[in-house]
Amino acid sequence: MSAHPHQSSAATPAAESGPADASVRVPVLFLLTSGILWLLAGSALAFIAAIKLHTPGFLADCEFLTYGRVYPAALNALAYGWGVNAGLAVALWLMVRLARANLPGGSLLLVAGSFWNLGVMLGVLGILAGWSTSVPWLEMPRQVVPLLLVAYVLCAAWVIGALRHGSSPRLYASQWWLLAAVFSFPWLWAAAEAMLFFAPVRGTVQSVVGAWFTGGFLLLWFMPIGLAVIYYLLPKLIGKPIRGYYVAPFGFWSYIVCAGWVGASRLTGAPVPAWTQAAGAVASLLMLVPLAILTVNLLYSVLADGLSVLGRSVVLRFTAVAAAAFTFCLGRASLMILLGSPRLTWLAVSSDYLILYGVFSMAVFSAVYYLTPRIVRRAWPYAGLINAHFTLSFIGLLVGGVALELGGQQQGRDLANGVAFTEVTAHSLPYLQTATIAGVLLILGHLAFALNFVKIAFCPFVRARANAAPVPVELTRTAPEMEVAP
Amino acid sequence: MNRATLIFLGAFLALSFSWAGLLLSNVNSYGGLAPHFDETDNKAYPAQVPGLAAQGAQVYADLGCAYCHTQQISGGEPSADLTRKWGERESYARDYIREESVLLGELRVGPDLRNFGARDSTAAAIYLHLYNPQIETKGSTMPPYAFLFTTRKIVGQPSPLALDRVKVNVPAGSEIIPTDRAEALVAYLLNLRDSYEYPVEKQKNTPPKPPAAPHGAAEHKPEAHK
Ligand code: HEC
Repeated sequence: MSAHPHQSSAATPAAESGPADASVRVPVLFLLTSGILWLLAGSALAFIAAIKLHTPGFLADCEFLTYGRVYPAALNALAYGWGVNAGLAVALWLMVRLARANLPGGSLLLVAGSFWNLGVMLGVLGILAGWSTSVPWLEMPRQVVPLLLVAYVLCAAWVIGALRHGSSPRLYASQWWLLAAVFSFPWLWAAAEAMLFFAPVRGTVQSVVGAWFTGGFLLLWFMPIGLAVIYYLLPKLIGKPIRGYYVAPFGFWSYIVCAGWVGASRLTGAPVPAWTQAAGAVASLLMLVPLAILTVNLLYSVLADGLSVLGRSVVLRFTAVAAAAFTFCLGRASLMILLGSPRLTWLAVSSDYLILYGVFSMAVFSAVYYLTPRIVRRAWPYAGLINAHFTLSFIGLLVGGVALELGGQQQGRDLANGVAFTEVTAHSLPYLQTATIAGVLLILGHLAFALNFVKIAFCPFVRARANAAPVPVELTRTAPEMEVAP
Repeated sequence: MNRATLIFLGAFLALSFSWAGLLLSNVNSYGGLAPHFDETDNKAYPAQVPGLAAQGAQVYADLGCAYCHTQQISGGEPSADLTRKWGERESYARDYIREESVLLGELRVGPDLRNFGARDSTAAAIYLHLYNPQIETKGSTMPPYAFLFTTRKIVGQPSPLALDRVKVNVPAGSEIIPTDRAEALVAYLLNLRDSYEYPVEKQKNTPPKPPAAPHGAAEHKPEAHK
């Protein structure tokens, strides 16, 4: 019964791609291409950083590749290069589609998008050249930020514009999440930049600003984009509506109300007021409410009929992993608060990694596999590479996550028990080496992804083969009742 | 469009609420925290950061030392940071008010450096450590910062800052000396020292002992012999 991945994802669902898809083809392809280039660049930088953690002599004479620069450069390339480009691409496509809009003026979006990418490039190069601020997630030199903000607002205006131009009277769950993300990110970012670099606040209030921003970026940009994709794709790929859709608004609102406060929990034990730390902890625990609702909506929708549904399509497997990662992330965060998990360890890194990779990237991968054939009206050239990408990224995610998790637990125990520092370091090595291996898997996956993408987006000659592939009905028909209508 | 406006408004209000609740209120409550002037010492604490150390703080930021080193000593019961002698007391918000950019750090790949200047380390030892951490600490995963040093021919007197020839390989007639950036960085590291006990924080953190001494006396005594 399980269709070939080739059939399910390599389909050319011409019937389903309408004028809406065609109108955003160029901007979406532009944003996705830039995003994927950043994904490759960022993962290469992250890989160098990962090696340096256990083999400090690696490329040690290159000042611009020293750990303290290559790590933030990787983070910024991945967050602002991959995260924002790909996030905007997916947001634009989803919004146009759900609003049934026909978007004019895509070329202006290309200009704004180019400036965005120019800004990120200057920012990342600036970090490598030594102008890093060293404030986590906000390392890009402040001089490029105004340019980036303007470029972002111009890009985001198209997402909002799609809604205004749309003919659909409905607003679907995916759209709530997209609106929240597209709007919250610039707000967070502008406020944090202003309070840290343009009119800096004093003392550890800076750390509160930084934690607020980081928490917000993760929970109000990366997570919502991932959730928007999952809400949209799951019912289509499973062929059934979202379970308990009527509670989705409660999930949304409870999430939005708490999310802005969660960042403060990054400061547990830091020299900031105790009530601020407590507010972060309480907000993290309150996130259990949206967690429960969204888990019913998303993960339960996948699991209700048994895991065999996952055999249906590789795109669905990506989506399902993202849904599971969401539940795991938030559940884990609450559990860490309750158990008083060790701070300042690899555990903190693994939390962020889970959101960035497990939820956001996995969801965006599934969206790209789903949407690209529809906007270019061609099939994926290498179905095998899609499977390879899934296997590599899923195993890479697991191995990397488990390594950081266990390494963090070990480090926490060692630090608490007064183990000599050289021993602490020695104990962490196997975990860090394992994390590097996970990095290899992820990078191989990204290469498979990029190769397929370049081929489908830029090599028209594969068009011919597309017609040969039989297209499973449930993936090509637009069933309006499945568009998670409220 | 109405539902969308509602979502915008909701997201805006929610985020503004967290901004006001977390940031604005903290700016108001301790964004203006002042140094404590100690009349016995006739000095203000925390002390002004000397010029070279302030430059070193920028080197610390541009090289990203903060990705591996925290600068925050945890208190609490029991505090492993204190038993490790990373600090003499827990860190207070007041410790950081003179810093242009506060880098608390999120991960401890290396030891906490908040009170590093108080661990009697010499400039020479730090230079050697920065040049190649493996020399003194086998198995260290700290990156070598050899690019903060230059090799030059010795003309006249050898530099007092030159690395110990016994420990590192130096071509005959040459010496390896720190660059200006390395000097600033070391000045910064040696200046990291939070040992002063502020009366206000001290009082808040020590559980009240049952028969309390007269108020004024309790406030001024503790730091007298620090
Ligand atoms: C990749 C992580 C990493 C980076 C980046 C890093 N360090 Fe370290 N650092 C360590 C580790 C691990 C140790 C403990 C082993 C040792 O002493 O070499 C350490 C030890 C130290 C010590 C000795 C602390 C003590 O209590 O003995 C100092 C001082 C220090 N680092 C300063 C710096 C400075 C300054 C920078 C930036 C130029 C920096 N470190 C960057 C990992 C790092």
